[in-house]
Amino acid sequence: MCYTQFLDADGTASGELPDFARDAQELRAMYRLMVTTRLLDRRAVSLQRTGQLGTYASGLGQEAIGTAAGFALRDEDILIPAYRDYAAQFKRGVPLQNVLLYWAGDERGMAYEREPARHDFPLSVPIATQVPHAIGVAYAIRLRRQPRVVLACCGDGATSKGDFYEAISCAKVWDLPIVFLVSNNQWAISMPVARQTGAQTLAQKAIAGGMPGEQVDGNDVLATRHVLARAIARARDGGGPSLVEALTYRLHDHTTADDARRYRAEDEVQAAWARCPIKRYKAWLEAQGHWDAAAEGALAAEAAAEVEAAARAYLGQPADPPEAIFDSLYAELPRALRWQREQVRARGPLGDGH
Amino acid sequence: MPDLTLIEAVNLAMHSEMARDGDVVVLGEDIGRNGGVFRATVGLLDKFGPERVIDTPLAETLVAAMAIGLSTQGLRPVAEIQFSGFLYPCVDQVVNHAARYRNRTRGRMSCPLVIRAPNGGGIHAPEHHSESLETTFAHMPGLRVVAPSTPARAYGLLLAAIRDPDPVVFLEPTRCYRLFKQPVEDDGEALPLDACFVDREGGDLTLVSWGAMMHDTRQAADRLAEEGIAAEVIDVATLKPLDMDTILASVAKTGRCVIVQEAARAGGWASEISANLAEHGLLSLFAPVMRVSGYDTVMPLARLERAYLPDVERILAEVRKVFEIAPKS
Ligand SMILES: [Mg+2]
Repeated sequence: MCYTQFLDADGTASGELPDFARDAQELRAMYRLMVTTRLLDRRAVSLQRTGQLGTYASGLGQEAIGTAAGFALRDEDILIPAYRDYAAQFKRGVPLQNVLLYWAGDERGMAYEREPARHDFPLSVPIATQVPHAIGVAYAIRLRRQPRVVLACCGDGATSKGDFYEAISCAKVWDLPIVFLVSNNQWAISMPVARQTGAQTLAQKAIAGGMPGEQVDGNDVLATRHVLARAIARARDGGGPSLVEALTYRLHDHTTADDARRYRAEDEVQAAWARCPIKRYKAWLEAQGHWDAAAEGALAAEAAAEVEAAARAYLGQPADPPEAIFDSLYAELPRALRWQREQVRARGPLGDGH
Repeated sequence: MPDLTLIEAVNLAMHSEMARDGDVVVLGEDIGRNGGVFRATVGLLDKFGPERVIDTPLAETLVAAMAIGLSTQGLRPVAEIQFSGFLYPCVDQVVNHAARYRNRTRGRMSCPLVIRAPNGGGIHAPEHHSESLETTFAHMPGLRVVAPSTPARAYGLLLAAIRDPDPVVFLEPTRCYRLFKQPVEDDGEALPLDACFVDREGGDLTLVSWGAMMHDTRQAADRLAEEGIAAEVIDVATLKPLDMDTILASVAKTGRCVIVQEAARAGGWASEISANLAEHGLLSLFAPVMRVSGYDTVMPLARLERAYLPDVERILAEVRKVFEIAPKS
């Protein structure tokens, strides 16, 4: 099974780097996205811990994958995210506060207005069920002869589910322009990958679907972007679907409602911190002369301000009026449901509390 | 106007709408080269080609999920599930995704798809081929559930289902696929998806049903007419959203109501209609609302399915109870 890594855990580069690695501005933009995503993640957890946010699924440690995906996609492509692909969503125009809104329990967190996020899917909570949607989306693209690609994201846990297999089993039949991106963060809540499957890799599941599968170091943003961009280009050029397994590690608990200390050893987590995607990328950028302490200081201030602004925007946004629960249910509310809406509306605002 | 069976009317509706709207595609197992196990999709492949008439692998979750993906891109997929018992793998996709995308994105996305499946028993089919799933879906917010009972209604309601901007589960009465013919005009006219049909008017009793059971219900009404009892017969047709206004107006006139469903009894759609009558129509009722239904058993295999299925005699037995309590004056 092919495995790609350019940057090791210390940020030392090896192999021939892709063309985009010569574009300093682009490289810095990738770094900014990773740092901002992590800062937003920290803020979300602290908001939850202080009772200002609902249960939150952290993407801590997986920032390189979302960043790589965001930069590998073109605007016209379609992202079908799972629920830790925040960086990719931010890159495509989802405002930071939407993630907070969503985990606060507000559907407007998924009402993306900016392109290209506007034509992307919202994050998906049920495991793997979003993956076969890509078959229909990509089929529509092919039917219309559009040069677009679908990036269908899921985690390691999703590769145990039938929905995942039903999708990868048929994608090649129609040579659909799909890249299946499996973020293998080693854990499906309390189940380590070794107890999820007897397969040596998750990438090899592509073989069953007759398509290429490969592994990449998902904590190496250069390698992940390169591998995804190559798979996306192949799909766009009619080369059909493929699967990329990005190896990473879930540094946080499954969600803020979970306590991973119950089922995994602390030294495993500490060892994973040594492979942190941001640390190694920063070291490499500095070694290349693309980054320094002054830039880091400026970014820290900028990102903090941006995250604070997002938190303020979220906290300052009141809930929709209660009758909004009816207003996007159907294109037009059926006659039979109008009295229910009226009853909710007549009771008025919910007041404080939940 | 040609006389068509119900399955021919379903076929005609798809031919008609695919010709009218290039965004309509059909998909499912064996629906292309084979023309569908019940022949609902015969001729579509030859006329509209393999890109719009999609033979899928034997994977019901995929069929539903693919329809969702297609529909989010502005296409109008009509997915066939071969038998009602095989709808269960679609429930996750239909309920967790198709029914929710519009709401959870606050209108940014939508799923204008149709899932068609035969529904109900009475054709001596193998196991898992005879279940009645209308309540499984009708209970779920964000969906429309349609159960036509005649060829003309199957044609008009299927057109409406395909044109509807939201997901529709379209449950065809398996037993009536070839039971009788009826003139069906290919006029492209859709029927309303939010209204019951008053099949025949009568002042003594309201009989309410849908799908295959409409056939027995009409026969029961004929028998009652011979006895001098005028039954008003209502074909619910669209179960969700439910047009209670038409049913309540009828019961206000007759004061008696019997509801006929093939599905298992507990928590079926007859119960929902009955509860609505208790809430909004109690004062016009002369007698309790009675339900004729399948039993709370697993759907029997072929040799005993007649023990389960409601029929004319069982309908008449419940009607007689109503008239014992509240005789015709
Ligand atoms: Mg995982």
